[in-house]
Amino acid sequence: MIKHFLEIENLARRFPGKDGELTVFENANFGIDKGEFVCIIGHSGCGKSTIMNVLAGLDAPTDGNVFMDGSEVAGPSLDRGVVFQNYSLLPWLSAVHNVTFAVRSRWPGWNKEQVREHSYRYLEMVGLGGGAELRKPAQLSGGMRQRVSIARAFAIQPKLLLLDEPFGALDALTRGTIQDELVKICNATHQTVFMITHDVDEAILLADRILLMTNGPHARIAESVKVDLKHPRERGKIIHDPGYYPIRNHLVDFLVRRSEELSGAVTPETPAQAAGAYPVEVNPAATARNETGGATLSAIDAR
Amino acid sequence: MLQSLNARAMLVSIGFLVLVLGVWEFANPAPDASKPLTEYEILMGGADQEARVPPPSAVIIRAFEELSNPFYDAGPNDKGIGIQLAYSIYRVLTGFMLAALLAIPVGFLIGMSPLMYKALNPFIQVLRPISPLAWMPLALFIIKDSETSSIFVIFICSIWPMLINTAFGVAGVRRDWVNVARTHELSPLRTALTVILPAAAPTVLTGMRISIGIAWLVIVAAEMLVGGTGIGYYVWNEWNNLDLTSVIFSILMIGVVGMLLDLALSAATRLVQYEE
Repeated sequence: MIKHFLEIENLARRFPGKDGELTVFENANFGIDKGEFVCIIGHSGCGKSTIMNVLAGLDAPTDGNVFMDGSEVAGPSLDRGVVFQNYSLLPWLSAVHNVTFAVRSRWPGWNKEQVREHSYRYLEMVGLGGGAELRKPAQLSGGMRQRVSIARAFAIQPKLLLLDEPFGALDALTRGTIQDELVKICNATHQTVFMITHDVDEAILLADRILLMTNGPHARIAESVKVDLKHPRERGKIIHDPGYYPIRNHLVDFLVRRSEELSGAVTPETPAQAAGAYPVEVNPAATARNETGGATLSAIDAR
Repeated sequence: MLQSLNARAMLVSIGFLVLVLGVWEFANPAPDASKPLTEYEILMGGADQEARVPPPSAVIIRAFEELSNPFYDAGPNDKGIGIQLAYSIYRVLTGFMLAALLAIPVGFLIGMSPLMYKALNPFIQVLRPISPLAWMPLALFIIKDSETSSIFVIFICSIWPMLINTAFGVAGVRRDWVNVARTHELSPLRTALTVILPAAAPTVLTGMRISIGIAWLVIVAAEMLVGGTGIGYYVWNEWNNLDLTSVIFSILMIGVVGMLLDLALSAATRLVQYEE
């Protein structure tokens, strides 16, 4: 088996309930390579956030292991930066101090000027400056707060960035701009990212690979969909790519229909999901290209 | 015209003040002095002439006299109002500070540890409803000093609101903020100082504000009991002198100082207040 940068083995999380255990998810196996952007999609309650918390080290798995860069993940660490859905900024600190707070804990030996300079660089990267960085989070809009939160996560230069539905609470316009910025930052930094989302288009725009989760309880990661679209991607142009709709249709079909059909505990009828198995790999864009023939193939497959 | 709500409210306040003082001044006139004194009255030196609640005008004149020379000291039973208030404030602040030094760390402990909460809760529940003055005999016996005993009584009554509010504030710190501290690998001490303390500070300060209010209520009673100095002793001493004008004046001063203490703490609360 090829060893990935991040290796998730047989991960399961069960909570003690009134009538026996409640299995949120089980048999989760996947890997993420360095520099890869992986999204995970699934319905509410399938345990996406629980997986995220385990990866962040905030929650411990019931079974299974997580390895990052060869060592096991146990407890939170500055090697993994987290952006929470509700921003989780400290409200008594100004935007810039929320970032310096993180920078200081990452590099305790740095002097004031280094910390300040580093923090401002990352605030500028997310487009925050001109006095807005001196305001408290309550005086910032939702989009600005999420920018601060992203700057804080990038500023500690984590090996792995975890994004828990970072744009879920934002309006569509703001979401679009911040997505564009995230694309730019990721292209520039080659950051390894694992992101939870509900938004199919967002996943296609950002991800190299999309993991699909079946409905809970007993949720599992059923498929790994390769997003075979060339970089750099732009929100306006990506929808004209012939590979776009095959991927989108595949994802929507999964969410609407198959996530329900495939849900429930592993049975002998679903042999592909036996313990230890990786999710099924699919590449809807390539399949579509092969169906339409080689003429368009060369035009698209620039990667 | 008077558009501002504040200005109108002030006008109404002044109206009420004038009304109440007017009723008080004229509803209770002095006994008619033109009548010849009875034999009893002559025996009593005509004291009954002023045996009534003194009118506000007398109180204002007394207040003016006292406040124009607040720090004179003419022996144990005749000290200026400023000296008496200073004694009381000193006792309240000393007891209050000592209580804060104990209650805030213990409140942190209780708020952060469910075990300590459950273990200490029965003691708190029993000790909290005890009237602070009930500790006085025990304090006098053990400490053998009336001054320190009254500080102890302030200490014991100030503890509870601060302890309970601190524990409540610390336990109520948002999980997300604690997670931020955890993902940034902060040590427990740094988490307590840089995340939990600022997050709980407004609740802690509210507890301190309640405490100082209670302490100021209790000091008057405690000083009436132990005597010697202080505004409580002053009130009781003037009552023994049958000087009701001074009694009313000192009641007003107690109110004014209590208000100032509360304002100071509420200003401090505003400093640590944050908007979510």
